[in-house]
Amino acid sequence: MNSVLRGILSTQFVYSILRVSTPLIFATLGALLSDVSGVINIALEGMMLMSAFWGVMVSAWTGSAWMGLLAGVVSSILLALALAYFHLNLKTDLILAGIALNIFSSGFTVSLLFMISGDKGSSASVKSYVLPRLNIPFLGKIPILGDMINNHHVLTYLAFLSVFLVQYLIYKTPLGLKMKAVGENPDAAQSVGVSVIRVKYIALILSGLMAGLGGAFLSMGYVSWFARDMTNGRGFIGLAAQALGGHSAIGGMLGALLFGFAEALSYTLQAIQLPSEITNMLPFIFTIVALIIYARSRLSKLHALR
Amino acid sequence: MKAVEMHNIVKIYPNGVVANRGVDFEVEEGEIHALVGENGAGKTTLMKILFGIEYPTSGEIRVFGKKVHITNPHVAISLGIGMVHQHFMLVPSLTVAENMILGMEPTKFTSIDYQRAVKMVEEAAEKYGLPVPAKEKVLDLPVGIKQRVEILKALIRGAKILILDEPTAVLTPQETGELFQALRNLAKSGMTIIFISHKLKEVKEISDRLTILRNGKNVGTFVTSEISEEEISRRMVGREVELVIERTESKPRDVVLRVENLEYTREDGVKVLNRISFSVRSGEILGVAGVEGNGQRELVEILTGLRFGAMGKVILNGENITNQPSHILRRKEMAHIPEDRVELGVALKATIAENLISDRYYKDPFCGRMVMKPQKIREFAEQAIKNFNIRADGPDSPVMMLSGGNIQKVLVAREFTSDAKLLIADQPTRGIDVGSTEFVRKKLIEAKDEGVAVLLVSADLQEILQLSDRIIVMYRGEIVGYFPKNEGLTEEELGYYMLGVRRHEESRIKEALIS
Ligand SMILES: Nc1ncnc2c1ncn2[C@@H]1O[C@H](COP(=O)(O)OP(=O)(O)OP(=O)(O)O)[C@@H](O)[C@H]1O
Ligand SMILES: [Mg+2]
Repeated sequence: MNSVLRGILSTQFVYSILRVSTPLIFATLGALLSDVSGVINIALEGMMLMSAFWGVMVSAWTGSAWMGLLAGVVSSILLALALAYFHLNLKTDLILAGIALNIFSSGFTVSLLFMISGDKGSSASVKSYVLPRLNIPFLGKIPILGDMINNHHVLTYLAFLSVFLVQYLIYKTPLGLKMKAVGENPDAAQSVGVSVIRVKYIALILSGLMAGLGGAFLSMGYVSWFARDMTNGRGFIGLAAQALGGHSAIGGMLGALLFGFAEALSYTLQAIQLPSEITNMLPFIFTIVALIIYARSRLSKLHALR
Repeated sequence: MKAVEMHNIVKIYPNGVVANRGVDFEVEEGEIHALVGENGAGKTTLMKILFGIEYPTSGEIRVFGKKVHITNPHVAISLGIGMVHQHFMLVPSLTVAENMILGMEPTKFTSIDYQRAVKMVEEAAEKYGLPVPAKEKVLDLPVGIKQRVEILKALIRGAKILILDEPTAVLTPQETGELFQALRNLAKSGMTIIFISHKLKEVKEISDRLTILRNGKNVGTFVTSEISEEEISRRMVGREVELVIERTESKPRDVVLRVENLEYTREDGVKVLNRISFSVRSGEILGVAGVEGNGQRELVEILTGLRFGAMGKVILNGENITNQPSHILRRKEMAHIPEDRVELGVALKATIAENLISDRYYKDPFCGRMVMKPQKIREFAEQAIKNFNIRADGPDSPVMMLSGGNIQKVLVAREFTSDAKLLIADQPTRGIDVGSTEFVRKKLIEAKDEGVAVLLVSADLQEILQLSDRIIVMYRGEIVGYFPKNEGLTEEELGYYMLGVRRHEESRIKEALIS
């Protein structure tokens, strides 16, 4: 028990929270951008997976991690465009289309993985590249805090920067205003000449961009290979974190950090020989409990409004 | 010059409904032109076509003499057309200013110049004499102000032709007065206004000319001063309509509903009901008058089991039913025509038949031991459609496809066939045409004659005066006036109590509770 406490109280623990929260923050922002516009992006999971896969493959082919990142993000956005087309042009059910894309991504990445590397489990045999960590001297000089926040992966910094960019986008820009209007009352937006379809397309593309960044982090930063279904529910946790944060990117980030904490904790607990089957459940138990608390508080708020 | 010329407009909706069958419609620049007609006559459709929300199947449109193709609202706005819709088109969580500038945001670098937006709104409000709180969220505003926001929204986009689809349906008499003043000023400054309403009195008051639609066709355009209300309604409906309903003599019997010292404090701490006491007897109609938002909604919701936490006593047929949920109350023979028919009254996607039995689907004769009896349900629905004159393809068409008045008839049909002892009718004729209004009012009188106790809540004073045997007036959550009989009572007189200017003595108000 002591070793657990020592683990949690160390700077290393905070560092690892930030690290494991990175993909969750991207997923949360992806969920937020689409949700604000009234589209629930169930396919975040598949988009992240696709990006993780193409990031590894293209970085191996080109020898450049940055090209890998670009390819990953593009693949994720393409998937977002597919979802937008199904939902907005063909008027299919959003949730079903999202689920279909998730299943497709899972199968597609595994088959290609097998064709390319001969392995159905992981891309360990493929020589791919990872994106760099940043050593920012002035951050490193801060006592204690420096150890927590310096030397992170470049995408970790980008994730936190994105939180503020997204917040700015939603609350300060004309596009953000249109997104909120479209999400809340599409008829009202339409009646003043705002194109609802266009705004939703843009929202999904941005959502795909975020998912792409999160996916690329997984295979080119968190670890240095692609493994089948390696997103492991992170897209859905992103949806949950967004629900906790409402329409605030900052709130969503806090939600993501909460789940990041649960995940980091589960690794620490594994170190003291708790079965991993149990510790792996931790983030998801957290998700469920957090959602219940959130739903209850929202219900009572709704009640007060009536 | 003619501001609008619509020629031979035909609109067939994808589901095959023909809403406009060759309508000709012309509006002169600078006039207030009323568009009237029964529910489902095609008024909204015609205006949606003019505003580019719907595209006509065939026909020609000219705006200020120029032939145009209005393919979407954007085009309409750039032609100087603005529309205030039957249902508000506002985003509740955004502020007034944000709603106003949506789609035409002033910017500073990449962000919205909110200061300038607020200033734009305040300037427009000043210029047109329509004050609005620019920085407040739309959510919290009273309907009258929301309406102003809608009008300003159109004006700020440079509208020269303003379409108002039933703008007064949700307004109080005072708000309507203010609106009319603003509209007159606008017309004086050259604005062309198209005004849709079912309230013929208002049409007479505000419009220069009017056009009557019936069954998707223009059946005449008139100078308003040259046509009487009776004549308008006759042409609308195609038969004589009794604008004034003969009230039969009431023979009240036992007390059915007894409300004693009802008090209620809302979640936000506001006390919205204070010492409310009254009773309703079998065979009488008790009218509840009042400007909207003075506690009537909460009162009705508490009585019908949609809101809980009230203090005091509600007694139905001798049984204490305070704070009981609605499904229990329905079994205790209470019927309820809610104010918001779309939200509370019907299930829009369900069929007419399903809606008609939604309070009794589990009972004989509609349900056997295990399964429903479709044949019985169908027969009942067909009968109801006939008896209540519901215009629809048949019992299986979804309620969503009906016009407002016909949705209301479905609701009325259900509540009037439920064999209730108490009927709570909340704004039963809001937004429905003269023919349907006459119909609903007659049904209320019929119900009373059959011994039902009727509680009628209405913002329409004419309706209250025409139908009620006794009247209570609510102001700020209290009963401030009680009229044991309404002979000789005028709208003006009631108005003073509604506005809180006059007030009856405590002892007289207590008489509303008859034992
Ligand atoms: N989107 C739609 N799809 C199919 N049918 C429709 C649609 N909108 C309206 N209708 C039908 O077209 C007819 C005309 O409807 P419209 O709304 O124009 O009537 P209205 O004159 O405005 O009636 P009200 O006074 O009740 O508002 C009705 O029969 C209605 O059911
Ligand atoms: Mg209409």
